[in-house]
Amino acid sequence: MKTSFRTIGLVFGREFRAYFATPLAAVFLLVFLALSAGLAFFAGGFFERGQADLGPFFAWHPWLFLILMPAIGMRLWADERRSGVIELLMTLPVRAHEVVIGKFLAGWAFTAVALVLTMSFWLVTLYLGSPDNGIVIASYIGSFLMAGAFLAISACISAMTKNQVIAFILAAIVSFLLVMSGTNLVLAALRGWAPAFLVDLVQSLSFITNFDRLTRGVLEAPAVILFVSTIVLALWINVQVIDAKKAV
Amino acid sequence: MQLVQASGLVKTFSRLRAVDGVSLEVSRGEVVGFLGPNGAGKSTTMKMLTGFLEPDAGTASIAGHDVFADPIAARRRLGYLPEGAPAYGDMTVADFLAFVGRMRGLTNAVLGERLAEMVERVNLTAVWNRPIDALSKGFKRRVGIAQALIHDPEVLILDEPTDGLDPNQKHDMRELIAAIAPGKAIVISTHILEEVEAICSRVVIIAEGRVVADATPSALLDAAIVDGQRPTLETVFRSITGSKAA
Ligand SMILES: Nc1ncnc2c1ncn2[C@@H]1O[C@H](COP(=O)(O)OP(=O)(O)OP(=O)(O)O)[C@@H](O)[C@H]1O
Ligand SMILES: [Mg+2]
Repeated sequence: MKTSFRTIGLVFGREFRAYFATPLAAVFLLVFLALSAGLAFFAGGFFERGQADLGPFFAWHPWLFLILMPAIGMRLWADERRSGVIELLMTLPVRAHEVVIGKFLAGWAFTAVALVLTMSFWLVTLYLGSPDNGIVIASYIGSFLMAGAFLAISACISAMTKNQVIAFILAAIVSFLLVMSGTNLVLAALRGWAPAFLVDLVQSLSFITNFDRLTRGVLEAPAVILFVSTIVLALWINVQVIDAKKAV
Repeated sequence: MQLVQASGLVKTFSRLRAVDGVSLEVSRGEVVGFLGPNGAGKSTTMKMLTGFLEPDAGTASIAGHDVFADPIAARRRLGYLPEGAPAYGDMTVADFLAFVGRMRGLTNAVLGERLAEMVERVNLTAVWNRPIDALSKGFKRRVGIAQALIHDPEVLILDEPTDGLDPNQKHDMRELIAAIAPGKAIVISTHILEEVEAICSRVVIIAEGRVVADATPSALLDAAIVDGQRPTLETVFRSITGSKAA
């Protein structure tokens, strides 16, 4: 597959700057910081535990991302369809996958900015005690990968509609299912009738279960593979959607 | 070789046959006025010529490159103004044109020259650093035209380029098109018939997805002479397409 990295870079640059073109970016970053701090401190028992670790902070990330990543990804394609810019973009001498990758990377980089800002919490725990830095680093990597998987799904769904709100809602629903698929609620419901391999499959796809493993400090291959392959698969579908349905 | 070559283009939306076997050839130096009533299928035909929309049947090529088999090569030689002149509203005019130019592979040196030329020829000095969202309709249209011309393409497909322009701008636009026409093949859709007489070397009229006339403006008028009276292009347009719609 021929690929122009220049095109990917140009799309990335445009989209990344577009996030900051409105005050929305600042609002988003603030909300993300406030929520992740608030949830960790008040709902996660950060203080009561009396130990300097970021476990309660990371534990909320699957729930935060299932709302925040659709918010970051929803405009990537739906807005191009609504405004008609997709017609301009896809008649430039570029390949669909270059644009898909450039846009995804821009959203992912924006997520990275948000995560880097939360590293202030890490500094607090370093000041309060001695957290296991290996675990923190593994958790950050896990969180970034999981965010990428949610984002790729959101971008892919955004390519299917010209309505950002619909894109947001559908992406949040799909993300919610992926988070929930590891909970006892879902597994118990399945166990009643589904064959064992299906229960195992659903459980192994759970974003929460896999993310939990990573936050325990082991960069486990299966968890990394799950998130990376989700990204690749969602982006591949994204390319097919754009190729098949350029016009609305 | 024809710079634009399309044969038997068909596009059906659910049950509506928007384009029904349109063929079109445009050679270097020609400016084709693409006319037809609202909903005749002009924009849909142009979307297929540019490779944006896949036809149900028929083929299209730009400068000898099939728009589907060899899309990148075809698109390189093409400048396209889509209907409504879409653009990234959050970018300034300067940033947007630079983005399109770079996406089209222009090097920084060439891009600088081309941007300078566009500022002057399309008259964008006043809005150069303004966000596109904040521009008036006419200026947005001009940005769309500049975007289509940025790489000095051999083939230009412009969907209603003068819609929303003031009389001065319309005049300038016609002069611009006349000036660049000799080296290019240009297809322009429009509802402004004086424009066709002023700049087009050929008129193609479509109605309900079919080509109903394809001639030079004067041949079209001569053919419609009644009692030694040469009718206006508007009369001809209405007699050709009006009866179809009825
Ligand atoms: N995406 C679409 N889905 C369904 N129908 C469509 C779509 N695009 C165009 N059509 C229909 O196809 C027909 C031709 O539309 P088109 O936009 O090509 O007309 P046009 O000649 O450009 O008209 P106008 O002068 O108003 O711009 C119309 O009846 C239109 O409603
Ligand atoms: Mg039209």
